Amino acid sequence: MSVLNPPRSAGTRNASGRKGTGRSFSAWANRHRKWLFAAPAMVFVGVLIVFPLAWTLYLSLTDSQGSVRAATDFIGLKNYLTVLTDMERFWPAVGRTLAFTGVALAFEVVLGMGIALLLWRPFRGEKWVRVAILLPLVATPVAVGMMWRLIFDPNIGFANQLLGAIGIPPQPWLSGQDTALGTTIFMDVWQWTPMVVLILLAGLTSLSDEPDEAARVDGANAFQRFFYITLPLMMPTVIVAILLRGIDALKTFDILYATKGKGGGSFHEVETLNVYAYGLSFDYNQYGLSSAVLILFFMIIIGIMWLLTMRKKAVSK
Amino acid sequence: MTVVTDSTTPAAAKPAPRRRKPLATRAYKVFRVVALIVVVLFLLAPLFWMLLASLKTNVDIYDTAKAVVFSPTFENYANVLQRNNYFVFIFNSFWVAFVSTALSIVLGVPAAYAMSRFTMHRSALVVLMARVIPGVSLLVPWYYVFSNLRMVGSFEVLILSHMFVALPLIVYIMMSYFDSLPLELEESAEVDGLTPIGAFRRITLPLSVAGIATAGILSFIFSWNNFMFALVLSGAKTKTLPVAIFDFVSYASIDWGGLMAAATVVTIPIMIIALFTQKYIVSGLTAGATKG
Repeated sequence: MSVLNPPRSAGTRNASGRKGTGRSFSAWANRHRKWLFAAPAMVFVGVLIVFPLAWTLYLSLTDSQGSVRAATDFIGLKNYLTVLTDMERFWPAVGRTLAFTGVALAFEVVLGMGIALLLWRPFRGEKWVRVAILLPLVATPVAVGMMWRLIFDPNIGFANQLLGAIGIPPQPWLSGQDTALGTTIFMDVWQWTPMVVLILLAGLTSLSDEPDEAARVDGANAFQRFFYITLPLMMPTVIVAILLRGIDALKTFDILYATKGKGGGSFHEVETLNVYAYGLSFDYNQYGLSSAVLILFFMIIIGIMWLLTMRKKAVSK
Repeated sequence: MTVVTDSTTPAAAKPAPRRRKPLATRAYKVFRVVALIVVVLFLLAPLFWMLLASLKTNVDIYDTAKAVVFSPTFENYANVLQRNNYFVFIFNSFWVAFVSTALSIVLGVPAAYAMSRFTMHRSALVVLMARVIPGVSLLVPWYYVFSNLRMVGSFEVLILSHMFVALPLIVYIMMSYFDSLPLELEESAEVDGLTPIGAFRRITLPLSVAGIATAGILSFIFSWNNFMFALVLSGAKTKTLPVAIFDFVSYASIDWGGLMAAATVVTIPIMIIALFTQKYIVSGLTAGATKG
């Protein structure tokens, strides 16, 4: 081997200087490939994230508003004080954000687990069910919002026609002050339960059959086997599903804006933190104030994620 | 002897292709069929309703007697595509999604590889933070910078903002893909005389085509569906489909037929892509989800 292919470095380095630098560059690249590969993406994300986050933090301490070119003054923590004492918009928005996320997640996880269990063992027509599960997931959220807007229209909507057929009086759905948030939660459940199904199904299929089998031999019925064997084994996957879905549910924007428009409707009935912050920034140009809202929002998200990750660690042990 | 083998062979062969546990009772089987039909109806009926409405005149939409039986018309589609210039918006959506996905693959795949091979968990966390941060908190500074540079409304800015969605997604999916790829293949390639980068290029990359396809398709879908970034950063000439739909509503909110046609036009291309690439999408969405 070494006779047929003598090490090339000795010859080429002497033959031409250019080749020598080329080789040493490739050697250098190979030695440092770890950072050579990772750095471009990290610089890109860093510039697009770290810098904007730092700027948001800075803006939250100024009275910036009106135009992006306007002069601003440093006002310390005044924005935070304004936001934290705001009982009309901020705190209700916090409540709606948590309610939306909590209720939607509860439905999605329970329904998702039920559907995943139905799909667990092979059956005929499996392909069709999988297609049905995929379609809501990939549908454009804004279009989905418009679609539900027609279905939930109080006068011509299919939802009230359906209720009428079984003798229930028409409901205001999206246009009602009390019903709007619940209706948007329903839309979120329609679109994202499939996501939870897919994650839980992947978890179920990777489970070992043995504990279930042993419990069956011992005479446990289906419910006992689910609650004492399958569910505890699935807890880490359930928490992953809650984490992944929860992050996105907290930040829901598209269907809320598509169905209720600016400010979450005329009474802010679906105004979550994200919709509120968006409105402050781009409808009212209150950049300083909105930055304070965003920093607080970000802290809420990190806090919830941290709690869930701790829980996951406890469950995995 | 022959009688025994004749009767046992089909019986023994049968359980293997069937499921391993044929213990489901008949009652459960019936329940399962009914439940699955309800689930499928619940998921597909609204989309079907949108499609039906897009083929109706506005008079028929208001007529509850013509809920399902009506004479279909393509008037709404003609209106959306011709008068509202949707072909331009379709191109914009496609172009932004395509370029941001391609660039994110170029940046993201090597990064995911390095992060997976050298277990750079803290660096990976920086990239994955992008999934957690609310988009608005990035939009404000971006809007500041790009409007001062007079670049709001350009394709470049739009593509950049969509890359921000795509890149973390691609890094996340590709990291779990590379984690599952055996290291030995590369090592033996290096023993045979390839440099580490050469081994990555000639062994690992060709083996990762399925993973890259998964990541690329998902990133394309997310970019296509993205609304908030385009709402702020696109201009009249670079408007993408989800934003264009919204325009349609604000000045003609009563034209339900046109609105549903517009919504269908946005949704159909992405659904067709999804149908042909099902298994990639599912593996991408569940990537890393079942690991501890």
